[in-house]
Amino acid sequence: MLMNLFKFKGGVKPPTNKTQSVGLPIAQAPLPSSLIVPLHQSIGGTPRPVVQAGDKVLKGQLIGEADGWISAAVHAPTSGTVRAVAMHVQPHPSGLDALCVVIEPDGRDEWIDRQPLDYSALSPEEVRERLQQAGVVGLGGAVFPTHGKLTASKTVPMDELVINGAECEPFITCDDLLMRERAEEVVRGVGIFRDLLQPKKVLIGIEDNKPEAAAAMRAAVQAVGETFEVIQVPTLYPAGGAKQLIRVLTGKEVPASKRSTDLGVQCFNVATAYTAWRAVAHGEPVVSRLVTLSGNVQAPRNYEVLIGTPMGELLQLAQPQPDTDGIIMGGPMMGFLVPDANAPVVKATNCLIAHSAQLFPPKAPEMPCIRCGSCAQACPHELQPFEMYWFSRAKNFGKTQEYHIFDCIECGCCSFVCPSRIPLVSYFRFAKSEIWAREREKKAADTAKERFEFKQLREEREKAEKAEKLAKAAAAQAAKKAAEAAAAAAAENAPPADAPAPTTEQTVPVDAGMDAKKAAIEAAMARAKAQRAAAQPRNTELQDAAMQQEVAEIEARRAAAHLTDTEATTPAPAKEKTE
Amino acid sequence: MMFAPAPYLLKDVSVSKVMAQVCLALLPGIVAYAWLVGPAILFQLIIASLAALGAEAVMLRLQGKPLAMFLTDGSAIVSAWLIALTFPPLAPWWLVVTGTVFAIVIAKQLYGGLGQNPFNPAMIAFAVCIVAFPALMSQWPSVGLQLSVSDQLQVILGLMPRVDALSGATPLDAMKTALKLADGNVEVSHLLANQDLYGNFAGRGWEWVAVGYLLGGLWMWQRKLITWHVPTAYVAALVAISGSLWLYNPAQFANPLFHLLSGGAMLGAFFIATDPVSGCTTPRGKLIFGAGCGLLAYIIRVFGGYPDGVAFAVLLMNLCAPVIDLLTQPPIFGMKDKS
Repeated sequence: MLMNLFKFKGGVKPPTNKTQSVGLPIAQAPLPSSLIVPLHQSIGGTPRPVVQAGDKVLKGQLIGEADGWISAAVHAPTSGTVRAVAMHVQPHPSGLDALCVVIEPDGRDEWIDRQPLDYSALSPEEVRERLQQAGVVGLGGAVFPTHGKLTASKTVPMDELVINGAECEPFITCDDLLMRERAEEVVRGVGIFRDLLQPKKVLIGIEDNKPEAAAAMRAAVQAVGETFEVIQVPTLYPAGGAKQLIRVLTGKEVPASKRSTDLGVQCFNVATAYTAWRAVAHGEPVVSRLVTLSGNVQAPRNYEVLIGTPMGELLQLAQPQPDTDGIIMGGPMMGFLVPDANAPVVKATNCLIAHSAQLFPPKAPEMPCIRCGSCAQACPHELQPFEMYWFSRAKNFGKTQEYHIFDCIECGCCSFVCPSRIPLVSYFRFAKSEIWAREREKKAADTAKERFEFKQLREEREKAEKAEKLAKAAAAQAAKKAAEAAAAAAAENAPPADAPAPTTEQTVPVDAGMDAKKAAIEAAMARAKAQRAAAQPRNTELQDAAMQQEVAEIEARRAAAHLTDTEATTPAPAKEKTE
Repeated sequence: MMFAPAPYLLKDVSVSKVMAQVCLALLPGIVAYAWLVGPAILFQLIIASLAALGAEAVMLRLQGKPLAMFLTDGSAIVSAWLIALTFPPLAPWWLVVTGTVFAIVIAKQLYGGLGQNPFNPAMIAFAVCIVAFPALMSQWPSVGLQLSVSDQLQVILGLMPRVDALSGATPLDAMKTALKLADGNVEVSHLLANQDLYGNFAGRGWEWVAVGYLLGGLWMWQRKLITWHVPTAYVAALVAISGSLWLYNPAQFANPLFHLLSGGAMLGAFFIATDPVSGCTTPRGKLIFGAGCGLLAYIIRVFGGYPDGVAFAVLLMNLCAPVIDLLTQPPIFGMKDKS
């Protein structure tokens, strides 16, 4: 099982701080007083609420319906009563509110009727749909709907399926504990992904500071009878970044401009595989997740936590020290300080760290960049952070894009090593959001321009159409007159007016032979007849305007043919008009 | 609730620590220097440091920038020490002060201060003074000159007449002048045989100062304060050009070892050309920058009008650094296939 590992450039080695929270097994967090379940918990469309205040819900009952393909359903984490569907503060650095379903638990924790599925009997589409309906999303932190990643590229063969158990962020141990305690279900979940993607190899990457997890996973792979390779990768932050782990295990480098499937590789987190298995084989949607409680606390530990549990209430389980002055959601490298302790645990919440000034000393003041290049050496995407920093500061966003700012994964390595204490990642986030905002503005302006141009075009077209119609009508009028005259002339020896046109045309060569005198007489007679016809319309009592128009057109055509032929000897100025 | 962005864990680094380590790395060279010429060099280091801090303080005050933060960042001290180490050790105090003040005020602060200077301040000081005061900048203590501590101090402070014994030349300068005067009638090997002046390799005593700088530089590389690119390219280019000419005509051109260990070659390779602010930042850019410095230093010191060429070589390459960086941007993760 020895295999050749690759290296990614850069990376840093912050103190891992993982041992504190692995001492005890996973515990079940008690039911909180109320659950605040945000509807938008994944990348993509915001699920529509399907419950309202006062509704009784069961554990696992659908409360938010996926909106579009890239969206995942949301479920009630326990049984109880919906108190409100209302705006509530979110676990997001902005502190903005979003629509949440607030549920008051009834304490019974009563499940819906769960329906286990034998997925081998299902089509891949049905399995993907089941995952979407069960709200399975990437639990590594990106919360991308999992079913959206389970379609192989049509053109590139799927070489490797990478399963991410690296967990490189300091303090976080929830994946470690999951692999230690529930390895078999993780492996079975990986089996689902394998069956859907049909890769040549399945590689499970775990940082080498988690030997227990790796051993448990190896045993589980054997017990289940799979051929997945469990590989210990060097502990180097951010080895758990999907792109870094793919690089280490396969040597492939996925740029921001490509999807990993375009390179024949796909990556999932171990916890995602676990929830996929629970969803398919047990019919359990994602209503809880493992959360590490650590940092400035007396009793760090991993808990199985219901989605929607208020963070402040949850952190009390770990007994935060009195000098705790904030909660970090996620790790200390990429996480953020939660703006409000009432913010709920969501599917992306893998860790809560009690923050204190002693544990995370405040940053020294920012100094000017001395171009030492430490950031460029630390960057796992081989970017030039200090160059992007100059251009972000100067708001020269075009240049930041030339330096590939969108390949930045915001891992924080550059900020970590910067001797001038420049918050580089913040500058890049600022630049990215400015670029997005400008693109949105530009898009809006483009759409407005397009709309305006289309309106202009339409108006011109309508004008032209109107003119053409008028011209046509005039022509038809003239033709009608002539036709009626001709019809009158032909009335004695030709079939009646409603006879098919070809007959007339066949008679035309005969008529062509007429001499001018005869024609003149006929024309005079026709005029007289036309006058009479105008006074007495023929069989028109049942004709509506449309029919009249049609008849007029037929007659016009016939007349045109007739006229042309009769005037064949002389230039026909009317010809262009009628054709 | 407070707001502070991630990362919350930070490596224990700072500009002051970086600069302090650079100063530490200079110590072996300084010790060798002091052993060679006496405490004069220590006086010069102190004079330059005080001048640099004073000039920096005034400029920061005028610009309304926080004094404490920038005076303790150590960058002015590093510049000051490099100036003191490149000026003649018995130069009058006002010469060192003039150079230092010019470096800090014009070359550094007027361009925006720390991190903004396009040229290496210490090399600006050297260039300005050698152009403005060529005689004083060329007066190096004669070999074997023994002056007491107080005599040295008095010479520096101008309380004692500058005697002829002070107007020696550096071995590099002596070699150049000797070759020029002899007009092809003397061989380098014959000159180098004069161990009183040229020591074992390059210059009596001076070669050990150069070795001291080399040791300090290697330590900085080991501590990851500098990367290998600039010194390696610098030394390789210097060896390549001096070696080629030496092989071509050993009678008229000194060997590579002489060039490596004389003048400011080693100080330049590890402490001056590696200045991140005024140098290149990309790996390939650093190689080009280092090689350019080594090459130009040799050309100027051998064919040019100045006794040594490191300062002008570095300044010329500083001029090219932005363009070199622009043209040598490395491919990023996932974009290495040429496309």
